[in-house]
Amino acid sequence: MNTLVRRNWFLNGIAQVGECGLFFLGILVALPKSLRYFREICRQVWFVGAMSLVIVMTCGLFVGMVLALQLYYTLSIFGGTAALGTVVALSLFRELGPVVTALLFAGRAGTAVTAEIGLMRATDQIDAMEMMAVDPIAYVVAPRYLAGVIAMPLLMCLFNALGILGGHLVGVTWLGVDNGTFWGNMTSTVDLWKDIIDGVWKSLAFGAVVTLIAVFQGYNAPPTSEGVAYSTTRTVVFSAIVILAVDFVMTAFLT
Amino acid sequence: MTMNSRPSYAIGTGLFILLGFAALAYLATQTTSVANVHQSHSYLVKARFSNIGQLKERAPVKIAGVRVGSVQSIQLERGKMDALVTLAIDDKYDDIPDDSGAAIFTSGLLGDQYVGLQPGGSPENLKNGDEIVLTQSAMQLEDLIGKFLVNGGPKSSSSGSSTPPKSASSGG
Repeated sequence: MNTLVRRNWFLNGIAQVGECGLFFLGILVALPKSLRYFREICRQVWFVGAMSLVIVMTCGLFVGMVLALQLYYTLSIFGGTAALGTVVALSLFRELGPVVTALLFAGRAGTAVTAEIGLMRATDQIDAMEMMAVDPIAYVVAPRYLAGVIAMPLLMCLFNALGILGGHLVGVTWLGVDNGTFWGNMTSTVDLWKDIIDGVWKSLAFGAVVTLIAVFQGYNAPPTSEGVAYSTTRTVVFSAIVILAVDFVMTAFLT
Repeated sequence: MTMNSRPSYAIGTGLFILLGFAALAYLATQTTSVANVHQSHSYLVKARFSNIGQLKERAPVKIAGVRVGSVQSIQLERGKMDALVTLAIDDKYDDIPDDSGAAIFTSGLLGDQYVGLQPGGSPENLKNGDEIVLTQSAMQLEDLIGKFLVNGGPKSSSSGSSTPPKSASSGG
């Protein structure tokens, strides 16, 4: 029966989704127990969050700068360059901030988590924990999961802030949009709850799915060096697909 | 390392979390209008329009071009088939005469629409729940173009019921 299921890629995919869902339930059950390992959670927030700061902030700055450049060109066709600040801010808050941060996060932190847990599995550390009556879900998986969910919205806020600064740098300092117009139009259009907080919800959802994929792929990685490499790749591929799909669904529901 | 010593990553984690929330606070205060959040410091005034065009909620309310409030809600009034627009005007502008007029303008040719108030001369001021009686609907670009096409040119006025003989001959 098992070989029959494995041979069919379609059923195999469904089985993977099912295993992932059960794994998620396992994490949720283990979450209260994992709160005892507060230091481990703290260390993981540092590892997946603070260590991703450089890439997220740099990319945020450049995304904001290129947004301002491109939108200035488009808006100047309609004579609407006064709306540059509004358009940069809304594109960042509603769409690019959450999505690009999640993609970067999958590449920077998701792969690291997958490789780490996969190597723990390959070097029998997880089995050793089970022998010592330490629940590996509660000690290894849940803190990393929690850390990913905590870190993602914070990273997105930093990405957005740097993006606005980058847009301001290009739009006002370089292209000569009036400073007051840039900020004034932005502040009169951007709404805290409808734009910024909706982005935070998106970001929380992305953090939840990306980190779930990362820990699931790591925990179920084949215990070989090739298997760990393959799982790491799959983390990035699946994360990218799921991020963009969830983004479409959430945008349809939130707006 | 004893149990009480501070782990090396604790400072990094703390800084990261503080930085994240600082960024959120920066976004919330610098890129949004805080006036949009605090609706409580405003009073509500109603105005009826026969056509509001593309006016939307949260559109600005202006006097002499200065923003004094925002459109809070737009509803269709049953029975009269008028658009009932509720304006939230900031409390500090409490000296607007109660015979002021309201009109819907467009900023620029294709820009967003806003409500402009033309102050009247009454000694009484608008209060919460008052209604602005003197209103002027949105100017519809499509109507103007239609009138322009039918009347054959900018020389003939759109309000005149007596059509000039020239346009009557060319309009058919």
